[in-house]
Parts: sequence; structure tokens; C-alpha cells
Amino acid sequence: MSGGSPLRRGAVSEEAVARWRADFPILATEVRGRPLVYLDSAASAQKPRAVIAAMVEAMERRYANVHRGIHWLSERATESYEGARAQVARFINAAAAEEVVFTRNSTEALNLVAHSFGRLMAPGEAVVVSEMEHHSNLVPWQMLRDRAGIALRIARITEAGELDLEDLARKLEDGKVRLVAITHMSNVLGTAVPAARVAALAHEAGAAVLFDGSQAIVHRPVDVQAIGADFYAFTGHKLYGPSGIGVLWARREWLERMPPFLGGGEMISSVSFETASWAPPPYKFEAGTPPIVEAAGLAAALSYVEGVGYEAIMAHEAALLDHALRRLAAIPGLTLWGRAQDRGGVVSFTLEGVHPHDLATLLDRAGIAVRAGNHCAEPLMQRLGVEGTTRASFALYNTHEEIEALAEALERVREFFA
Amino acid sequence: MFDDLRDLYQEIIIEHARHPRHARRLAAFDAEAKGDNPLCGDRLTLWLARTPEGRIAEAGFEAKGCAISLASADLMAEAVRGLSAEEAATLAEAVQHLARTGEAKALPPPLAERLESLMPLGGVHEFPSRVKCATLAWHALRAALGKKDEEAVS
Repeated sequence: MSGGSPLRRGAVSEEAVARWRADFPILATEVRGRPLVYLDSAASAQKPRAVIAAMVEAMERRYANVHRGIHWLSERATESYEGARAQVARFINAAAAEEVVFTRNSTEALNLVAHSFGRLMAPGEAVVVSEMEHHSNLVPWQMLRDRAGIALRIARITEAGELDLEDLARKLEDGKVRLVAITHMSNVLGTAVPAARVAALAHEAGAAVLFDGSQAIVHRPVDVQAIGADFYAFTGHKLYGPSGIGVLWARREWLERMPPFLGGGEMISSVSFETASWAPPPYKFEAGTPPIVEAAGLAAALSYVEGVGYEAIMAHEAALLDHALRRLAAIPGLTLWGRAQDRGGVVSFTLEGVHPHDLATLLDRAGIAVRAGNHCAEPLMQRLGVEGTTRASFALYNTHEEIEALAEALERVREFFA
Repeated sequence: MFDDLRDLYQEIIIEHARHPRHARRLAAFDAEAKGDNPLCGDRLTLWLARTPEGRIAEAGFEAKGCAISLASADLMAEAVRGLSAEEAATLAEAVQHLARTGEAKALPPPLAERLESLMPLGGVHEFPSRVKCATLAWHALRAALGKKDEEAVS
């Protein structure tokens, strides 16, 4: 944290942020006569016009089912869909487009790995997750544990809310761990996990490594090969893209070894009444009609993020986070949760004597949208010893005025409940 | 900025949430029920003690939750004293209706005046995501009374 005015050197200009905001039609919304202050992007981000237009265009000009039709329109739709796959591959620096599997969301991607990688595991082998996982990267592994007799180990976090790498190393010591599945950035604490170090630790112990990148990829560039990941999952709707599409990237060797997740059309190479053989990856993991329109939207979202540029996004969000941490820390009775050195644009807090849900309702009356409760991370709440928190999360379109609006509203809430 | 919130957070709600009078486990009780809103994490356990005639002698609760759910539980414990099981179930139904619609059902005495004391809970109807906070304790009450509920407790 550093002091100084909200508009420091290196920060993005107000004019630039105003131009970005103008790309998001919904930000002009008024909530009960007040301008919308949307601080809930970690739950789902708003969509730029380019994404909306791409989806409309996909339906107006290039829509048919993909990979099936022997007709012109289906070929156009297939080109568009496979083009999106290639774009995702470039975006995360995958070795090949065939390593990109489209899913419904991160949750489905994680369930896919739990199911299909899980089939490669033997009873007594183990998976490691951390104390700060979203339920989507915990429950599938609990289900696998109960189904397949594997062990589930929980790597601890430190008091600062950072992944405890020494504890992780201890959990890997006996060589029974086959997979380390860890968030790349906590949706509650904002903590960024040192992915390359985690991957190195996992590989030294003979384990593969998966990152839940749902939050991280929104706030910083991801290079799956540089990290040394085996699996990387993220979702479109948090990355300014549509809901209904997620991505599982996996090294080709894993996709080849793993059995399919869902059975159905598109994922087979031949079927008789008795048996079926599988299509090659990624199609083996894409049963049924895929998210065709959503893929066009996701591709547009990636282009949009590239157009703005991660460098600018990171500079702006760092300034917002800095401002928010400084401003909120000065509010009496307010406790900030998580103080990782490396973190993204998420601030979780509690206000003494005010339940997070009451707080969220009060903020909503001021037009401020935040998330309140356990953030789908109930075990983390138990670890922190809180019932729940209120979370403000930032995206490229948020402003310093919005941070001020939040802080002023919180001061009013204190008076209201005093 | 929060003037219109006084509809929801009336003084009486904040007062009962902060200093509940019935937030305790009863030493001796005849019925117990739990309520829980898994989406928001509110949890409540309710105990009822009955008179020899079967009326509610006392209600006590332990709860974790927001101001609305705590105040609702405390107001409920006060309002159901002396009521028969049938009367308490009728009152519960009226409060659930009040929370959803903001409208008070016409009830016979003595229930009408009990419902009157619960009118502050009606403010929640303008906040659809918060209706469950106000009704949690009343779902638990119906469960403790062995009454079927049109909605699940959780």
C-alpha cells in the first residue's frame, strides 16, 4: 500500500476510464434514482457492447449447429466456433487449440477434471486443495473422495491470507498426491497464488497441477506454459464475456489419457448399439451442442481485453485497490480480511455490529452493488472465524469516485446502526 | 441517503436485533425446531415450553443472522406467548403473508393485536431478497408446532 492522491503517476487517466465505461451500456443504469455503482464484478462482470454485438451477429449471420451440417451456414458457424477456440489458445498461450475444451463454466471444467482425472486415480492416492477455495474447487473433490476412496488434503493459508507453501510441501511429502488443485486468485481475499512455484512443488512431488483461474485471468495475463500448469479453468462471464461458457485448458497428454466426462453426440468417433469409441480431444469432452453463440461472445471479450490491454487494466485496478484499502482502513469498526502482498481487485470486510446482509441492503439503497455472505467459500469463513463478509470487487470500468461513494456509504451505515 | 430504509430497519427492528429478550435456550421445553437459510447462512434453533393446557408458555431461540432475522425471532417469541398451537400457526401464516406482501390479514382477537405488534416486519416485502430473513423464525415455529408448511423450512 502506498499513500498519495488516487491519481498517481502511472495510473490510467480519468478520460481513458471514461472511454472504457462508455463501452458498457449497463453502466448508465440508474438504481432508484442514483447512478449504479457496480462493485460486484468478481461475481459476474458487465459486458462491453462488442461482446453483445458479436453474439447478436453470430445469431443473425452465422448461426447453425456446428460440426454437423453439410451446409454453408453450419460451416460458417463451425469456423466461428473453432476460431474462438484458437483465440482462447492464443490468449493463454496454449501449445495448441486442441488443448482448449469449452464447458458451461469453471464449475463444469473443475467437475470434468474431478471426474475424468479421478478415473486415473487409485484408492489411497490424494488430491490437495487449499483453505481458500471456492466451493466449485472443493465439492467436486469431496465427491471424488467419497466415490473413489481417494484422500483430500487441505493446504493451509497463513494469517495474511497467503497460500502456506511450506504446508503445501508437507502435504506433498509422502508422494501420494496425484493432483494439486488450487485457486490462482482467491475470490474472497484477492490473494494471488504464486502459480509457477506451486506448479514446481507439485511436479517435484510427482503430482499434476490445476489452477482455478476464474478470478486471476480477469486481472492479469495468464500463460499456462510459463506457469507450468497441467490444467487451467476459467469462465467467460467474469471476463466481460457471456455466461454459459467456460474453458478447461489441459495439456494434450492429459486430455488423451483421461476418459470422457459426459456422453452424447459430438464426443464420439463411432457408435454401435453395444459400444462407442471416443473422438480425439477436445471433442471427446464436448458432448452435445456446445455454447455456439457464447463462444462468439467470449472471443469478442478476449479481443476487448486485449484492446484495453492488461498493462492498463492492472495499473488502474492496482490504483483502485490501493485507494480502497487506504480509505476503508480508516473507517472505525471496519475490519479488512486478507493482506496478501500480491493480490487482485477484491476487498472483503466486516463492519462491527452490522451483519453483512444488512450492510449489503443498505449499500444497495445507495445504488452500490456488492456481494455479502460466504462467497461460496464457507470453509474459508470458518477458517477466518467470521459468519460472512461484504465484498467489493473491481473491474476495469470502476472509478475512484465509486470507491469514495462506497466509503461514504459505509460511514453512513455506521451512523445508521449506531 | 437511507431515509427510505426506515421502512425496513425501523427502530424496533434494530432494537430487538441488538438486545433480544428471548435469545436463550429454555431449561425445560416441549418442542424444538431448527431453521436455516442455506443461501445466506442464517441459522436458528427454537424451543417452546407449553402450559398444562397446551398453550405456549414461553419461546426461546438461539440464532445467527442479520438484524431482520434476529428481530423477527425475538418479536415472534414475544407475540406467541399464551397462544394455542392453532392460534400460533394462524399467526405464523399471517406473518409469512405480511412479509411477502406487506398486507395484514384480518384476524380474530387476540391474534389481531399480536399481528399489529409484528407490522414492522412487513417492510421487508419491498426487498425480495430479504423476505426469507423475516420468515425464518416463523417457519421454525410451524415446524415446532408440528404444522405442515407450504414452504420448506430451509
